[in-house]
Amino acid sequence: MSKILGLTGDGAIAHAVKQSNVDVVAAYPITPQTLIVEEFSEFVHNGEVDTEFVCVESEHSAMSACVGASLTGARVFTATASQGLALMHEILYIASSLRCPIVMGVVNRALSAPINIHCDHSDMMGSRDCGWIQIYCENAQEAYDWVIQAFKIAEDPNVLLPVTVNIDGFILSHSLEGVEILDDEDASKFVATRKPTIRIDPDNPITVGALCLTDYYFETKRQHFEAMNEAPKVTEKVNKEFEALTGRKYGFIDTYGLEDAEAAILCLGSTAGTAKAVAKELRSHGKKVGVIKPWVYRPFPMEEIMEALENLEALAVLDRACSLGAPYGALCSDIVSLLYQKGRRMNVFNIIYGLGGRDMTPSDLKAIFNEALDVAKTGLVKEPLKFVGVRE
Amino acid sequence: MRRQKALSEEAKPGWKSIPIGGILLEPGSALSYKTGAWRAFRPVVDQSKCINCLLCWIFCPDAAIIRKEKFVDVNYDYCKGCGICANECPVNAITMEEEKR
Repeated sequence: MSKILGLTGDGAIAHAVKQSNVDVVAAYPITPQTLIVEEFSEFVHNGEVDTEFVCVESEHSAMSACVGASLTGARVFTATASQGLALMHEILYIASSLRCPIVMGVVNRALSAPINIHCDHSDMMGSRDCGWIQIYCENAQEAYDWVIQAFKIAEDPNVLLPVTVNIDGFILSHSLEGVEILDDEDASKFVATRKPTIRIDPDNPITVGALCLTDYYFETKRQHFEAMNEAPKVTEKVNKEFEALTGRKYGFIDTYGLEDAEAAILCLGSTAGTAKAVAKELRSHGKKVGVIKPWVYRPFPMEEIMEALENLEALAVLDRACSLGAPYGALCSDIVSLLYQKGRRMNVFNIIYGLGGRDMTPSDLKAIFNEALDVAKTGLVKEPLKFVGVRE
Repeated sequence: MRRQKALSEEAKPGWKSIPIGGILLEPGSALSYKTGAWRAFRPVVDQSKCINCLLCWIFCPDAAIIRKEKFVDVNYDYCKGCGICANECPVNAITMEEEKR
């Protein structure tokens, strides 16, 4: 039997970790991820889990400790945000390249300077190409559900890649919601324990992190790329098992109103929730709009997004990070590349919004939907990229 | 233009057949990696000058100095030719000579 608890986004992640038979947590607190580490250390202190909690002096050390622990075959979790993720950057590549299936909660927060503690996605987008599977959540329930699923996806022998589960700083991390959580026993049975195929073991010595020059480095990277290609098959399987257990259906993307939509907004994270509410209102007035929210951002769900775009005339892609000097934000660049690759000519425009925690309001979203409908009607994109919510 | 490949590169396994993550499953495989091939200068020991003090043996970062009863020798399979031994030798018994290949 499941029960509903009032939990913050961070609390939901801490509870998911508590129920996931995690062997080692090495983490350093940073706003707005702090509640995850605080709550989890309480579980450790109270003896509610037998996890080894490693207090480290920085995020660089946190991720390094996670890599070491993961190589012994342990199930490992950590969490960070913003500057912490940036400090981990070097080790993020090592974790994924050594194929350590670590799960990490990333509570998205703007990068300095100027220093800011509020939400945007520039932290994760800054480490976009680090070879980790990247999942974005709309609410605390999704954060709980994805963390539990993430261990199974990461540790599958055909994948063996680390996973970040992203939630929007403060918007989700510190907001209290009703979250349906599994019984400890059911959750524990679902995630089971890690079954490592290769691990460091004094009785069977192996070498990890050996020098790999022009002769083998490229092959190792090609192999890593292939693991990303394997991840969707495993994700699909895990989503199905999770649905059978909880009744909650996950996939690579979440959609709203696409059955007859002419124009849609595509965005990551909590903004999708507001966008759905606005779309609902507009649809009640006969405006055919929809929402597309990729849950899985890496590997990029190309087929599912192409299918979702099939009947659309216009698309507004919302980026909560700025790729300075690029033609579009990161998410919109991916969408435009995908459309070009598939030979689909579609009217797309990019909105940069919400930097440093600036609110994306329902009225902003309404204006974007109306602009998208206008583009659908005229076939004309006036501004390929624009900023919404910034003072001129 | 067709890409030229060295014979040794052709013989190496592709990405589908190597262990994941650059992991080496056999211990001690560094033995087969003859780093002596990197050497530009080779240390040559004048055995008549060597006083067998073993400073070179202590300082060699690659453990490439071989101890013998009355003097030292060099393991050229692994000596990278850094020249630390020649620099440390108190009686100038070791000279660095250019490798001729």
